[in-house]
Amino acid sequence: MNSEQEQPRIGIFICHCGTNIGGFVDVPDVAEYAKTLPNVVHAEHNLYTCADDGLTSIKNAIKEHNLNRLIVASCTPRTHAPLFQHTCESAGLNPYLFEFVNIREHCSWVHMKEKEEATLKAKDLVRMGVARANLLQPQAEKKVDVIPKAVVIGGGVAGMSASLSLANQGFKTYLVEKRDQLGGMVRNYYKLTPTNIDAVELIENMASELKKCENIEMLMSSTVKDVEGYIGNFKVTVEGDTDKTLEVGTIIVATGAQEYKPDGLYEYGKDDRVVTTIELEKMMRGKELEGIDHVIMIQCVGSRGEAIPYCSRVCCMTAIKNAIYLKEEFGIGVNILHNEIRVYGDDYEALYRKAQEIGVHFNRFGENNKPNVINENGKLTVEMFNEGLSRVEEYPADLIVLSTPMVNIPEAEELSKMLKVPLGQDRFFFEAHVKLRPLDFATDGIYLCGTAHAPATIPEAIAQGYGAASRASIPLTRGYVQVEAITSYVDENKCRGCGKCVEVCEYKALELIKLDTGREVTRSNEVLCKGCGTCATTCCNGAISMKHFSSEQIISMIEAALTEPALVKPLTNGFKPNIIAFCCNWCSYAGADLAGVSRFQYPPNVRIIRVMCSGRIEPNFVFKAFEKGADGVLVTGCHIGDCHYISGNQKAEDRMNMVRNIVHMLGLEKDRFGLVWISASEGQKFAELMTDFISKIKELGPTPFSIKK
Amino acid sequence: MTATKNILVIGGGVAGIQASLDLADKGINVYLVEREPSIGGIMALLDKTFPTNDCSICILAPKMNECFANPNIRILTNSELISLEGEAPDFRATIVKKARFVDEKKCTGCGDCTQKCPVKVPNKYNMNLDKRKAIYLPFPQSVPRIMTIDKERCLKFTKDKCGNCIKVCKAGAIDYEQNDEKIVLDVGAVIVASGFEIYNPSDMFEYGYGKYSNVKTAMEYERLICASGPTGGHLVVEPGGERPKRLGFIQCVGSRDLSRKNPYCSSVCCMHATKEAMLAKEHYDDIETYIFFLDLRAVGKNFQQYVDRAKKDYGIKYLRARPGRIMENEEKGTLTIWYDDLIDPHIQSIDVDMVVLCTALMPSSTAPKMGEILGIELDEYGFFCAKDPLANPVCSTKKGIFIAGYCAGPKDIPESVAEASGASARASEVIAQSGGGDVP
Ligand SMILES: Cc1cc2nc3c(=O)[nH]c(=O)nc-3n(C[C@H](O)[C@H](O)[C@H](O)COP(=O)(O)OP(=O)(O)OC[C@H]3O[C@@H](n4cnc5c(N)ncnc54)[C@H](O)[C@@H]3O)c2cc1C
Ligand code: SF4
Ligand code: SF4
Ligand code: SF4
Ligand code: SF4
Repeated sequence: MNSEQEQPRIGIFICHCGTNIGGFVDVPDVAEYAKTLPNVVHAEHNLYTCADDGLTSIKNAIKEHNLNRLIVASCTPRTHAPLFQHTCESAGLNPYLFEFVNIREHCSWVHMKEKEEATLKAKDLVRMGVARANLLQPQAEKKVDVIPKAVVIGGGVAGMSASLSLANQGFKTYLVEKRDQLGGMVRNYYKLTPTNIDAVELIENMASELKKCENIEMLMSSTVKDVEGYIGNFKVTVEGDTDKTLEVGTIIVATGAQEYKPDGLYEYGKDDRVVTTIELEKMMRGKELEGIDHVIMIQCVGSRGEAIPYCSRVCCMTAIKNAIYLKEEFGIGVNILHNEIRVYGDDYEALYRKAQEIGVHFNRFGENNKPNVINENGKLTVEMFNEGLSRVEEYPADLIVLSTPMVNIPEAEELSKMLKVPLGQDRFFFEAHVKLRPLDFATDGIYLCGTAHAPATIPEAIAQGYGAASRASIPLTRGYVQVEAITSYVDENKCRGCGKCVEVCEYKALELIKLDTGREVTRSNEVLCKGCGTCATTCCNGAISMKHFSSEQIISMIEAALTEPALVKPLTNGFKPNIIAFCCNWCSYAGADLAGVSRFQYPPNVRIIRVMCSGRIEPNFVFKAFEKGADGVLVTGCHIGDCHYISGNQKAEDRMNMVRNIVHMLGLEKDRFGLVWISASEGQKFAELMTDFISKIKELGPTPFSIKK
Repeated sequence: MTATKNILVIGGGVAGIQASLDLADKGINVYLVEREPSIGGIMALLDKTFPTNDCSICILAPKMNECFANPNIRILTNSELISLEGEAPDFRATIVKKARFVDEKKCTGCGDCTQKCPVKVPNKYNMNLDKRKAIYLPFPQSVPRIMTIDKERCLKFTKDKCGNCIKVCKAGAIDYEQNDEKIVLDVGAVIVASGFEIYNPSDMFEYGYGKYSNVKTAMEYERLICASGPTGGHLVVEPGGERPKRLGFIQCVGSRDLSRKNPYCSSVCCMHATKEAMLAKEHYDDIETYIFFLDLRAVGKNFQQYVDRAKKDYGIKYLRARPGRIMENEEKGTLTIWYDDLIDPHIQSIDVDMVVLCTALMPSSTAPKMGEILGIELDEYGFFCAKDPLANPVCSTKKGIFIAGYCAGPKDIPESVAEASGASARASEVIAQSGGGDVP
């Protein structure tokens, strides 16, 4: 079907999502409204559009109403676009003729107490979607070959397991380890539960397995210095014993974690009889426990709000394990001072019972009533209010062991920038989806496992290592990936050959070529182009357009957001500002989604327009928004250094500083325009930012342009 | 020896689904065997999921549909493995696919038959809190979307009467003569992801489950608070039908309990109680929620922060206490929870309108039989055990057979997903046979 010439025939499906949307937005009303919009020939609402019957009705409607554009107004494209695009395809509709409208994460979940306003906003969002859908064009995707090799960064238990499985599946695998030995953190430990194997023996067993695999190449004492490319074709520069550039199809991050050093807490660093768990494990390995009869362990040192917010998952189990070894093998008595014992599952709970049976003492302190270490006359004592017994107790100690949490390694910061993958607020690597994609990054072709993801036990890290190997082996086995058709396209008639675009493209996707006529013009390479749109924004001749994110499409959304007075009219007396926020697909849009799933509420005045990169935002988009009556405009993107397209946000920053000045010259307050960086993990920040920005705009009142309307 | 490029996955919960998709995406043929008429497992029946409060079916349904649409996956519902012969990578599996009395190729899932069926049966997918028909779809998002006739209750089978469904079915899909089918499959490896069962607390007389109608299990609560559940997402106090004003959650019901054979910690209930209390607050601003716990096991990524938010932003009250008894207050219609406070150690009580028992999650009662069929071992609790629980998770005690998800020990959804991917990696190794390392 040739949709370019055909009059658009738009079908729109509005989802109740059970009550997730339906409970806070009047969905049937939105569907009725949708029918009044240009070229909408069919509108319906479903309890769950993504369920089998929803998808069937989409397919039927495409056939029955001869639809050539499809809109689903429901959750977020970040999880559900593939499903609906697939449905389009199976009904013979090009997947690029599908438009997603997010009325859950960006509407019903963040305006749970304002049904009327949320319904109006949903209508606005639908109207914006219809505007864009009218301008969508079919696109064809290119296939790219995948180099059937992988690199695993980090040779701890997770990375070793990942490498083994990849190799056993037949793929050449490079294992990059910064130390000169494999095994990571585990090498320092004494023995391991539940099998009581010596920690180094476990590592040696695993290492000898790896050595059997011909297609594993180990790069020891080496670190990753640079990463270029994309799924299927990464170039990873490694520095170390031998410098090398590895060409691989996929990358696994297994860089592990380290223990938090509790400097300044509980006399740590002041008295060497106060040690961390790993230091104890080393003492046990070296059998350096002479003269010690009694050990006091203190749990949650630094964790659960003391220095870092999270619970480190493994330290209760580890303390218990060590207490049992101390007691059984060294004849040393142990008290474990804790707020609660967080062992879980079957094996660890059994360990806890065993410790109680053999006489390890467990003493509970209150949540906000941590113990004190007293160091007097060469004697160490821990004083604690025992909550269970409602009295203060003193525990003399020959050695105090502090159970401190795992924290990410400092190098993770740099690695995350090289790979363009985010860290979470806890500073661990942040996965694509907390529930269903725990081992993937949002960026295709890069995966994670082990304690780089979050604290984990050894078998958990090993299972994750295998899991990451499974994920990473999918493109390697297929041998190709399809690249999105979101690419630049140069109109050679408009191009003057100035070459500015060639300079800004980080992917060398543009080059100047000489036409037969002798004129120089830019040409775009669809396979190399990543679709950020920076070039299109840079070209002052309007010669470059972006497929699927054309300027016309984006402007149509801006206009639609601001041109239906009936909807923007204040509900109650007073000023109700209209705000346009541009969000980048990778960070700030994901942050807005996270605000939604977390139910962080903010006022319903913001209309979000998704672009691939903040570098795509043309100054004209901002001016257009103000001209059409926006009272405030926000441009948001990934934090500097985190840009999915290397430097798109930096270019946006330069450009937007200029925009801010022009906005001012137009007679508008500078504060009406904002440029902010929000990561995928900053849902709370997104909501707070929206709340603050809206209240600031409320103080400023309407603009001369918006009053006119 | 030529390896078969087929893998058998047993159990279509989130773990089995993930394992199947990972394999199928690599071009491996997967037979996904599910005992129920639909895949989805427990996750399909949950309302939201901690720690993000993502809507459970919303995120699972696309994966279920993906399984259905993927040409490399053959979903066998209503099916069970009855024998497994041979060794890796040459197993021969025999599956019995029970008759559903509806032709899978013809049924369009239109539901006309269900409307006309006069028989009402307690609906086990809604924890028997409402009724379904004798011809039914387990839940609205079922995959495949094909009806099943409950032979035990259908009038055609019990009394040779009715036949409404065959009259109304325009697709001609009803087939009362359909027989059980035996399917023999050659597979290179097997992944077991058969999940868990939920402990029935009726024998814990102290909590009055089964006797007091407002004492519910957490699984029942998940269905009640869910929009597609029996009450459309409303909590109701019986018999009046009003909404509760105070809600109590009791942790470790039947778990961490030596006397009830579940000495282990079920690992997810502290967190799902937190989630469920948050959901109550989201539905009813002014509801009071109390969680009675011993140790709060908020150990996963972002779990502690989630609990902190539950306390601070939602005002959920956590009481470190051991409830000893629940008694119904007949005049007031409330429930009194008597508990031993572990912080201010003496017996206290509180009145609530509804109690949610966070019950133990147990190995499937059919796991021992399945272990026998597969030739793999179970641990002392009845979970499938790994060859080496430290160094070799996901590998069962037999070569070529892998375990993932809750059937291999307590686990939440992301852990089940990660482990399922892990099991598929190892199963792929068996098929590839090309590494050099020991094939598991
Ligand atoms: C009340 C409650 C709330 C929860 N909330 C959360 C939450 O918010 N977040 C979270 O992460 N986790 C939560 N969980 C835990 C979560 O449900 C489990 O982690 C997850 O479902 C495990 O997935 P699974 O695939 O291993 O098992 P299941 O979901 O049990 O799936 C197993 C499948 O195997 C099938 N099967 C069983 N035996 C056979 C056989 N012999 N042959 C063929 N098929 C068979 C079953 O029918 C089922 O479909 C909750 C659990 C409960 C009980
Ligand atoms: S869109 Fe981005 S990647 Fe593509 S050519 Fe333009 S600048 Fe380069
Ligand atoms: S009436 Fe026939 S086609 Fe429709 S759901 Fe029932 S069995 Fe399937
Ligand atoms: S025969 Fe009757 S009872 Fe049985 S499924 Fe059909 S309508 Fe229902
Ligand atoms: S997770 Fe919590 S409620 Fe469940 S058994 Fe463990 S401690 Fe008890």
